[in-house]
Amino acid sequence: MNFEEHAGKPLLKAAGIPVPDGGTAITAETAADIAGKLIGASGGKVVVKAQVPTGKRGKAGGIKLAGSADEAREVAAAILGMTIAEHVVGKVLVERATPFTREFYAAVINDPETKGPKILFSTLGGMDVEEAAEQDAGAMRTLSVDIRKGPEKGAVRAMLDGAGLDGLEDQVVEVLMKLYEAYRANDAELMEINPLAVLEAGGLMALDCKFTMDDSALPRHEDLAMTGTPDRLTGLEAKGKELDLKYIELDGDVGVLANGAGLTMTTMDVVRHHGGTPANFLEIGGEAYTKGTDALRLVLENPKVKSLVINFCGAFARTDVMTQGILNAWDELKPTLPTFWSVHGTGDVEAVAMLKERLGVEPLPDMSAACKAAVDAAKGGAK
Amino acid sequence: MIIRGTHRVIVQGITGKQGTFWSERMMAYGTKIVGGVNPKKAGTEHIGVPVFASAVDAMKGLPEGFDVSILFIPPMGAKAAALDAIEAGAKAVVILTEHIPVQDVMYVMAAANERGVRIIGPNTAGGVTPGECFTGFMPAFNDKIFRPGNVGVISRSGSLGTLMCLNVVQAGFGISAFIGIGGDPIIGTTTRDALEALDAFDKTDAVVMVGEIGGAMEEHAAEYAATMNKPMAAFIAGGAAPAGKKMGHAGAIVMGNKGTYQSKADALAAAGVAILDTPMDVGPVLKERMG
Repeated sequence: MNFEEHAGKPLLKAAGIPVPDGGTAITAETAADIAGKLIGASGGKVVVKAQVPTGKRGKAGGIKLAGSADEAREVAAAILGMTIAEHVVGKVLVERATPFTREFYAAVINDPETKGPKILFSTLGGMDVEEAAEQDAGAMRTLSVDIRKGPEKGAVRAMLDGAGLDGLEDQVVEVLMKLYEAYRANDAELMEINPLAVLEAGGLMALDCKFTMDDSALPRHEDLAMTGTPDRLTGLEAKGKELDLKYIELDGDVGVLANGAGLTMTTMDVVRHHGGTPANFLEIGGEAYTKGTDALRLVLENPKVKSLVINFCGAFARTDVMTQGILNAWDELKPTLPTFWSVHGTGDVEAVAMLKERLGVEPLPDMSAACKAAVDAAKGGAK
Repeated sequence: MIIRGTHRVIVQGITGKQGTFWSERMMAYGTKIVGGVNPKKAGTEHIGVPVFASAVDAMKGLPEGFDVSILFIPPMGAKAAALDAIEAGAKAVVILTEHIPVQDVMYVMAAANERGVRIIGPNTAGGVTPGECFTGFMPAFNDKIFRPGNVGVISRSGSLGTLMCLNVVQAGFGISAFIGIGGDPIIGTTTRDALEALDAFDKTDAVVMVGEIGGAMEEHAAEYAATMNKPMAAFIAGGAAPAGKKMGHAGAIVMGNKGTYQSKADALAAAGVAILDTPMDVGPVLKERMG
């Protein structure tokens, strides 16, 4: 789950990393109020930042300075409602603008290569850090951490050797230790500060925060999860989520229903191999294998679907239970679209017998034949 | 490592519904299950084997200890259970559980690495050594799928791995070992590790690898494949999947150009691996490559 800047920064603050004062607004009027208080207290300017779960907000015009409450109202009105990378801005963060001299990059990630946490740091902070890192691989310093012990200060300090920090090393070490704490405390996949600013007045401050929580850890962070940004879902995808089924809507017209993520992806691949286009990803494997009835409903609700391939290969998931679920929905929904089955693995003898008895249907010999038949049917060809 | 019929196995979570159901099937097939763990039922017997409070107790209490532990444990309890098995001195721990928090998995990996314990999974359906034993929830009894033979199969996904084995057997071959490595982004036994195990397994004469989009495991496996003498074929699932969307497996996500179908297929082809357009193409390719 992704968290926008305004939801991530309090976690940095809780770990002891300085962040600018400010607040969030969903109207231009509230933005003006916050700006008025911040400027009234100490003069200077505020920065108004669109809150959307994507980078490149600055380039898109989603981040603007304002020197007064009125100006903050104006820029907030312009930013609220704008679209950045398909996200409509519904909220802005209004913060005290803080003059700085340098911008660094700092992050902690889950690293599949070392199977442990990795701390990242670069003096090339700012908007294009990914590009900068690609151009100059040596610019990104990294440190692998034993998660049982956490990072050692000495190792973090050594990681910064020769980075050109001009006496800021100890402060950066301090921030990286705290960033690691925030990463660990919140089950982050990614906890990132970009930029980590060197202030004119001295000291370091996190001017942005990107936080992605590991979805598997959501059950132990229920309160925090409320401040995250839910995935943007289509109507059918939202319905799938409610039913605890992984459903992704795609552009094609061949409905796909299979068990297991790998098999479902492969069914989509084979549909494409035969010249068709899948209408959806939907798998009922794992513990969801009893949900055949819900799954069939979901696939059929997509008006683009012209034919259907049902591909079961049972391991943990029993093909007879899945088939039974589909058949129960069949009796109720009485679908008329051409449907092609391939059924193998655990429970297949029972499943095939059930299909013959209740639908008078024989599965095709393999999934390739079933996918090909479904593609042909969707194109209006012979079954 | 490849789990053999001679390995002594315990099941953590043996008394649960799934634990009981699959342990009985594993035993019936030939897996040498010698004990189980459930702290609340320590000292009792379940499906014919003694139940211990912990894996550490099982190692002490069983006359010859055990080699392998299989976890039928819910996500939030998996870390403690796996650490218990590592502490006990297991040679290998098979973690079937899906949705274990990744930081918990990394913690287990660090402990396992220090003790030299092989972790298989998490989020795997297990493995099958046809004619000897199986671990996890695999349809090992089905000899249309797991007929003994000389082709080793590796897959992140249980259902897709099962399908691949079915196609291998339909083509007239048999399976020497199926290794399900699991669908999570961070797993103990990578594609490359499994490939090395099959390369060293004398019953295996050819290897079929089922990859998936996302991550860099197939690319790493390709480096090893280039050094192998045994013929190899690979199918990579997810070529038709859109970028940026998680396709069921947490590991199967394409970010930008990283982890794409093309990057994996190119790396494997350059290593001399036959790339399969569909799983059904495996038969002809094996016939050609195995002579």
